[in-house]
Amino acid sequence: MTLHQGNERIQSRQSTGDTVFDIIVIGGGVVGCAMARRFTLEGAHVALIEKAPDILDGASKANSAILHTGFDATPGSLELHCIREGYREYLDIYRALGLVHEKSGAHVVAWTDEEMDRLGQIRAQAHENGISDVAVIDRATLRKHEPNLSRHALGAVEVPGEGIIDPWSAPYVYLRQALANGAEVFLHREVTGGDFDGNAWRLHTTTGPVSGRLVVNCAGLFGDRVDHAVLGHSDFQITPRKGQFVVFDKAASKLVSSIILPVPSARTKGIVLFRTVFGNLAVGPTAEDQDSRTDASTKEEVLRTLIKDGIAKIPALEGMPVTATYAGLRPASEKKDYRIQVMAEKNWITVGGIRSTGLSGALGIARYVYGLYEKTGMTHTPLPDPALPKAAVLAEGAPRDWHAENHGEIVCHCELATRREIEAALSGPLAARSLAGLKRQTRVTMGRCQGFFCSARLAELTEGHFAVPMSEAIDDA
Amino acid sequence: MMRNHPPLNSGAALDVAVIGGGPSGLAAATALKESGTARVVVLEREAQAGGIPRHCGHPPFGMREFRRVLRGPTYAARLVERALRAGVEIHTGTSVVQVRPGGSLLVAVAKGVMEISARRIILATGVREMPRSARLISGVRAQGVLNTGALQSMVYLKNRRPFHRPVIVGSELVAFSAIMTSRHAGIRPVAMIEANARVTARWPSALYPRLSGVSLLTGTRLLEIHGERSVTGVTVAGPDGARRCIDCDGVVLSGRFTPESTLARCGHLEVDPATGGPIVDQWGRCSDPVYFAAGNLLRPVETAGWSWSEGRKCGQWVADDLAGRLPPLVSALDVKTHDPRLKYVMPQKIMLPPAGTGMVDLQLRVTRPVRGELVAVNGKGILWRQNIHALPERRVLVPIADMDCAGGAGTIQFEIREEIT
Repeated sequence: MTLHQGNERIQSRQSTGDTVFDIIVIGGGVVGCAMARRFTLEGAHVALIEKAPDILDGASKANSAILHTGFDATPGSLELHCIREGYREYLDIYRALGLVHEKSGAHVVAWTDEEMDRLGQIRAQAHENGISDVAVIDRATLRKHEPNLSRHALGAVEVPGEGIIDPWSAPYVYLRQALANGAEVFLHREVTGGDFDGNAWRLHTTTGPVSGRLVVNCAGLFGDRVDHAVLGHSDFQITPRKGQFVVFDKAASKLVSSIILPVPSARTKGIVLFRTVFGNLAVGPTAEDQDSRTDASTKEEVLRTLIKDGIAKIPALEGMPVTATYAGLRPASEKKDYRIQVMAEKNWITVGGIRSTGLSGALGIARYVYGLYEKTGMTHTPLPDPALPKAAVLAEGAPRDWHAENHGEIVCHCELATRREIEAALSGPLAARSLAGLKRQTRVTMGRCQGFFCSARLAELTEGHFAVPMSEAIDDA
Repeated sequence: MMRNHPPLNSGAALDVAVIGGGPSGLAAATALKESGTARVVVLEREAQAGGIPRHCGHPPFGMREFRRVLRGPTYAARLVERALRAGVEIHTGTSVVQVRPGGSLLVAVAKGVMEISARRIILATGVREMPRSARLISGVRAQGVLNTGALQSMVYLKNRRPFHRPVIVGSELVAFSAIMTSRHAGIRPVAMIEANARVTARWPSALYPRLSGVSLLTGTRLLEIHGERSVTGVTVAGPDGARRCIDCDGVVLSGRFTPESTLARCGHLEVDPATGGPIVDQWGRCSDPVYFAAGNLLRPVETAGWSWSEGRKCGQWVADDLAGRLPPLVSALDVKTHDPRLKYVMPQKIMLPPAGTGMVDLQLRVTRPVRGELVAVNGKGILWRQNIHALPERRVLVPIADMDCAGGAGTIQFEIREEIT
């Protein structure tokens, strides 16, 4: 295998006809971004292909933004292994990459006697999983930790290591680090098929071929479809599971300090109350199986149920304004565990069924997959001194761009996003090509007014940047 | 138009800082200068002062203030000019990020952040329309769903249009602005839908959609927004419950105004969940008596002219307060409503008998059409009663001076009795 210099940028982003990458990662979700980073740091020349104009446009666009310890994962599972590794690596790298981590802790709260009876078992599983600081606490201690919790709370398992992170800045900077060290990204290109000549793949995309020796399919909600389209078969089937969320006004975030988890069922972790690093309090997700892989619509009656659930747990939420509502789709498969498969004879690795712990597990999954790759006899020379780009700082309480001089202007008043931040997000290889992408990179329009005040200015600033423009000039009739 | 005035520096000590340069804030600042207050600044986060009228490129504005019918931007410019002439310092591009006890403010400008303080602060941050999310509307988060305010800004400030064939949701006065704004931009709304049986705004507004060729569907609820990246249609339910789809490429969510009370809410000031604005007494004084509130921040929603008039009065009361002429906050009575037919009552604290200055009336709104007796009671008995016939989003005024103050202390509750159905 040819070794490539890590920081070698070989081709323009449009034509890749002649370049044969070491690795092609399909899918720009959190797993794909972490994968591109890992293989790049190990010395491989990586291409990442994403079908949407912006990365993080599928399952990764909406989640609970929690970095899990793995305390409740199935003992011995691959998922547990990857979450533990991912957690560890995140804590190792987050400061260097300018990311945030708030160790808020979590409480698995029992609301009934039956649930009380299960707390010991949850603690035992956590200990078995190696998270030894997990403990059962009584009602009085829980009240001390969370005084705004409803009086119906009976007790809890305390998980000190659970925390909250920025779910978009993290994958963005994973991929940015890959790009800064020689990887390339191809956006708005969908993989439609491919040919394997026994040595390398030539993947067909909607705008021309991309060639590489090994393919890592991280296509998330479309993982099985990509396997079908290229290999002709898939060993798993994605059954999308929708989760709806309600985000309360920032004033609500002072009502809770930790993540409030229910005693989980076999199928789902249940409905969680969690603060975000952006200063909101959110409740969700639901778990609704559906056929559509793209329909992330919300339903009024479901949102009302979520609000009711939130108020039942935190009575002071009564009357609290709602800032945002959203839904995410988890790429569940017919089995609970991750579906990571190597087809060594085909130079193909499928990373599928990363159900609902992708954000926590991504770095661990990438390490695990690199390990599988090495086992096939492949090696590279790790980059001795990789470039370290910094993530955009969007968390509340951190020194944001509006604190600094010469940010131009504050464009989004609710989330205090500056013109300088917006202009940065509109440039470079990961330039936002949709309002959704710009939101994830800068938080514009994600606050209370949802664009009442800044949409017009944004329409002006983003002119010529978006695949679907926010507006057109009236004179252009 | 900007006059020379000293720059705003970190540690600046001011007499009064007005947060928000819309009609009420400019009026309050102007009144303060006219009553002799030394250093009065307006802190405006947008690039231009003037507030919402800046982007209402249509009449009628200014009847109350200038005795003429003006377009919004002309009206806004005149308010700014009048304030500057009176000696008000207007600082644009200046965002107040946090209010703190005692009158200190964290302020962000393009150069960075600073802390300033003033002897009194007037919050005049206005209102905004309720967005899609807070309305819990079902469907996708496609591009092309806007409030009227955003549509107006795009059309009148930026000369841009976000869609060609939107559905307009709601029939408050602002919905008719959405039609006027659309016409100006060559946008052809396909329908205006109103959940109630009749149009919310006063006659003759109700005639306007028909005159503009927009079909008006009353008793019709928005159920769901369709589309993937952009809006492709909506599902509505008509008066008989029958569902139908309307093809459109945008949705204007009009009205359902909410005070823009972020600073109060995330600071130390008490907020009334009913109005959505800070809790005030009849002088507009907040729970921290260094802070006052004026205009539409007090409650949703009144016209620019009404807000301007409230702002002027608030400016005078703040001048009175600086001169030590306002009674202390301690002896005020709480005013509330627990009746679901009543949306809010403001001010939320009053002193009886009224002291000669301050708001003359309590302002109430109903949540649905009500015909019956409106009653104010406290522990001792009935303080005030009157038959009313009220409609949603129309002001109901209760003169504070008419309330029987012999009843003594205790929370005053408003309720509807003997509703005639």
